[in-house]
Amino acid sequence: MRPLDYRAPADAAEAVAAVAERPDAAFLAGGTNLVDHLKLGVARPGLLVDVTSLVPVEITEQGGGLSIGAGVRNADLAADPRVRRRYPVLAQALLAGASGQLRNMATTGGNPLQRTRCAYFQDVSTPCNKREPGSGCSAIGGVTRQHAILGASDACIATHPSDMAVALAALDARVRVLGPGGDRTIPFVDLHRLPGDAPERDTVLEHGELITAIDLPALPMAARSAYRKVRDRASYAFALVSVAAAVDVAGGVVRDARIALGGVAHKPWRAHRAEDALRGATTTDDSYRAAAEAELADAVAQPGVDGGNAFKIPLLTRTLVATLRDLATEEA
Amino acid sequence: MAPPVQPREMGRDLARRDGPDKVRGLATYADETPVVAPLYCAIVQATIGRGAVTGIDADVAAALDGVVAVLTPDGAERLADTEDAELAVLQSADVAFRGQVVAAVLAETFEVAREAADLVAVTYRDDGHDVRLSPDRDDLYTPESVNPGYPTDTHEGDVAAAMATAPVTVERTYTTAMYHNNPMEPHATTARWDTSGGGHLTLWDSTQGVHPTRKTVATVFGLDPHQVRVVCPYVGGGFGSKGTPHVNVVLAALAARAVPGRPVRLALTRQQMFALAGYRTPTVQRMQLAAERDGRLTAIAIDVVEQTSRIKEFAEQTGVPTRTMYAAPNRRTTHRLAALDVPVPSWMRAPGECPGMFGPEVALDELAERLGMDPVELRIRNEPEVDTETGKPFSSRNLVACLREGARRFGWADRDPRPGIRRHGDWLVGTGVASSVYPTMAMASSTARVRFAGGRYTVTIGAADLGTGSSTVLPQIAADALGVAVGDVDVLIGDTAHPEASVAGGSSGTATWGSAIVEAAGAFRDKFGAQPPDDAEAEGSIQPNEATERYAMSAFGAQFAEVAVHADTGEVRVPRLYGVFAAGRILNPRTARSQLVGGMTMGLSMALHEQSLVDPRFGHVVNHDLAEYHIASCADVADLQAHWIDERDPHVNPMGAKGIGEIGIVGTAAAVVNAAWHATGVRVRDLPLTLDRVLGLTG
Repeated sequence: MRPLDYRAPADAAEAVAAVAERPDAAFLAGGTNLVDHLKLGVARPGLLVDVTSLVPVEITEQGGGLSIGAGVRNADLAADPRVRRRYPVLAQALLAGASGQLRNMATTGGNPLQRTRCAYFQDVSTPCNKREPGSGCSAIGGVTRQHAILGASDACIATHPSDMAVALAALDARVRVLGPGGDRTIPFVDLHRLPGDAPERDTVLEHGELITAIDLPALPMAARSAYRKVRDRASYAFALVSVAAAVDVAGGVVRDARIALGGVAHKPWRAHRAEDALRGATTTDDSYRAAAEAELADAVAQPGVDGGNAFKIPLLTRTLVATLRDLATEEA
Repeated sequence: MAPPVQPREMGRDLARRDGPDKVRGLATYADETPVVAPLYCAIVQATIGRGAVTGIDADVAAALDGVVAVLTPDGAERLADTEDAELAVLQSADVAFRGQVVAAVLAETFEVAREAADLVAVTYRDDGHDVRLSPDRDDLYTPESVNPGYPTDTHEGDVAAAMATAPVTVERTYTTAMYHNNPMEPHATTARWDTSGGGHLTLWDSTQGVHPTRKTVATVFGLDPHQVRVVCPYVGGGFGSKGTPHVNVVLAALAARAVPGRPVRLALTRQQMFALAGYRTPTVQRMQLAAERDGRLTAIAIDVVEQTSRIKEFAEQTGVPTRTMYAAPNRRTTHRLAALDVPVPSWMRAPGECPGMFGPEVALDELAERLGMDPVELRIRNEPEVDTETGKPFSSRNLVACLREGARRFGWADRDPRPGIRRHGDWLVGTGVASSVYPTMAMASSTARVRFAGGRYTVTIGAADLGTGSSTVLPQIAADALGVAVGDVDVLIGDTAHPEASVAGGSSGTATWGSAIVEAAGAFRDKFGAQPPDDAEAEGSIQPNEATERYAMSAFGAQFAEVAVHADTGEVRVPRLYGVFAAGRILNPRTARSQLVGGMTMGLSMALHEQSLVDPRFGHVVNHDLAEYHIASCADVADLQAHWIDERDPHVNPMGAKGIGEIGIVGTAAAVVNAAWHATGVRVRDLPLTLDRVLGLTG
């Protein structure tokens, strides 16, 4: 591991300035992903700026919704009674991720910024455009079980690993950011990028920009929401596919829905097409299947030496159908 | 062989003697050995699959503050014996597989050593590699024997004729994946070379056998064994991967000899364990079964294709259990190998039996389906009267009793054989069964010493406890052999300063070391009687067991699985997994249950999760960490029970005990796959049983 400098500034503004002035600087929060990358040589920062005590650690009421401080630990967020009652999809997504130990460390601001678990990205002995732009994508034609079926490019087929981020994408969350030029707010669905020809950039954040809070708007239908994660073992595995969904149903008809998909793209995938297909549709498996198929019309399977990931397309359809069916029949 | 030992302490449920120190973190493992001012060794691995190193530029690495030495093929010590190519580290520029050691760095801290290793620039001549295992390869070859010395092929009668004439046949191909042992404690060594008195090497090593490791290391370096001491008080798991020294041990010793007087620590990273510490070959098993309508087998055959490394042969004995498991007049077993540019395969818990009871036990389930016969009854109907391979009677064989007891405990009796008809909520549910077997072995030599002082007996023997419980069970044996209370006996193991002991392998440890202890206790009492003086001391060694000439010896078992498959997503759960075993006298129910439950859990893991995925373009295992190489998590293990029947076998050894370290993993995967078929009607013949396979979405 490369020697590096460590700083713990007095406040967030100082932290932002410290990172902004050094191109090789990085923020350190829970460290559950970055510290692994230091050991693996995937990340080689010259300076770590510790922000764990500089960002808010409270969850506060805000305009009928909640504002979650970036320093709130994943375990605390999942246990918050307001989150569990008003946004169960978020609590379920958090608890579906990682392990108890990791959730005790991981933060609200850090979790969405974790990087892909693509095995080639994490192995510095194989080319990777995300780690080393222009070196090529080793995943294409390799082991692709965990890789994308939506929005991938010739440069990168990685998926975003976060469960929490999928729930936030469904909930119309907004991200508060402090940067060298001041504050800004970004719709959560716009935080992450598709890879295009610049897969080294996971998000739209500029160097030195720090997430300070994530806001959840009032969303009454989210009281009837769920996160369904399908993975290769019962616990402690990244999603093959996942569905975050909230529905507003009455009289056998879907009045409104919020849906996001995980494990399928470079970003948490907000399923607008499926939502459009569902509005006004009957609460039947046929409707749900049609919605899934509308969303997945452009899905592209990746061949691979492990058999590839074509199974993800029917699996996601089945999972979305099952999730919506369960939600629609749930006691209101 | 000594007469049977009367059990008083043997059979008692005693807590692990090493438990308190382990749970309090006081047990020192190899990498934690307290030494003064150690250096740290970091490995540079080949990034090509086959070829040669053409240049190493270590200038930048060597210039780092804290770097003491960079070891390369050019500068490293020439080893005395390079016959074992796996161990001939830094002896030539050749690269035989991706991940092979091409250089190493010694530095004052672990962090600097790793950073320096990253900065060593290596250039290669890439000759292209070939790592694809396929039964269709035209270069498959026939090894001279299979591990550890069984005949490669066996033939009896005419399988083809039986297949052609039998009313019911099954002919299918089954595959098991590549598996890595992945003990929790990585392979680790602390090594020190002292030059005084002709030189002396001390290795604190995580190993399944201090004496076998000493022998290998002494040979490789051309040292007298007395110049080498190997110490290993604790092992954080081995599962066979620490049964033979791998390259890391030799490299640690080589590094220590480069810096005389200074201790060197070398611990493999988890990723390095996927290239340098052995693994289980993937297997392709073509099965043929022919049967009469009453279920009696007329033929059983298994043709195995598997891989080895081009530089060193390891031929897993996958076909061997088929030779003794069931009666059938026409029989064939064959093994063919592909020699590939891959790391060297080796022992992994129940080599042979573990993969080799997958194909046959699923094929039997398919036969039961075709016959319309209960799969428990089908197995009972094919119970052989004698060992079909040797014609000898079994010293004890209670497979049928295990099947019946397991069926009773599991509630098998009312099972509806039809697949895909039971639904509990969103889950399709089914049950399945498979048999387990593991040969009962003892090694040829081991010696123990009994000493009496201060009212206590101390037994010393260079045995190993890799979490198996030998630190606890050997005192029970010694106490009964001496006719004293277990509390009056100390047993010291894990040091070549103790009398020479065999490797903990082949589930032979307790039988072998226990037999030596019984002999030593007998010699002690013969010499000193019941009232020994202080400092009385005697040795004894395991004696040949003439009963092995007359009897075939194996442990048997039966495993019953309940599997639930989610109707929408195909997720597979195993709500119940019961095993019943017949393994002679159970010397300590607590440590025995741990062994059997551990084996079954590893079998469950093999059924559902484990697979090392090789990318043929690079030649390495892509999922080389425990985030991506899935083993069963706690949430995957539900009601998992190990039971045993009360088996008495006076022939196997003076304790009447059969080995239990490996049988638990044998048959588990087949039981799970058979249950998944019963749940869904989908027959998966390739492991692991992933949700896409059980949904029929991936071939």
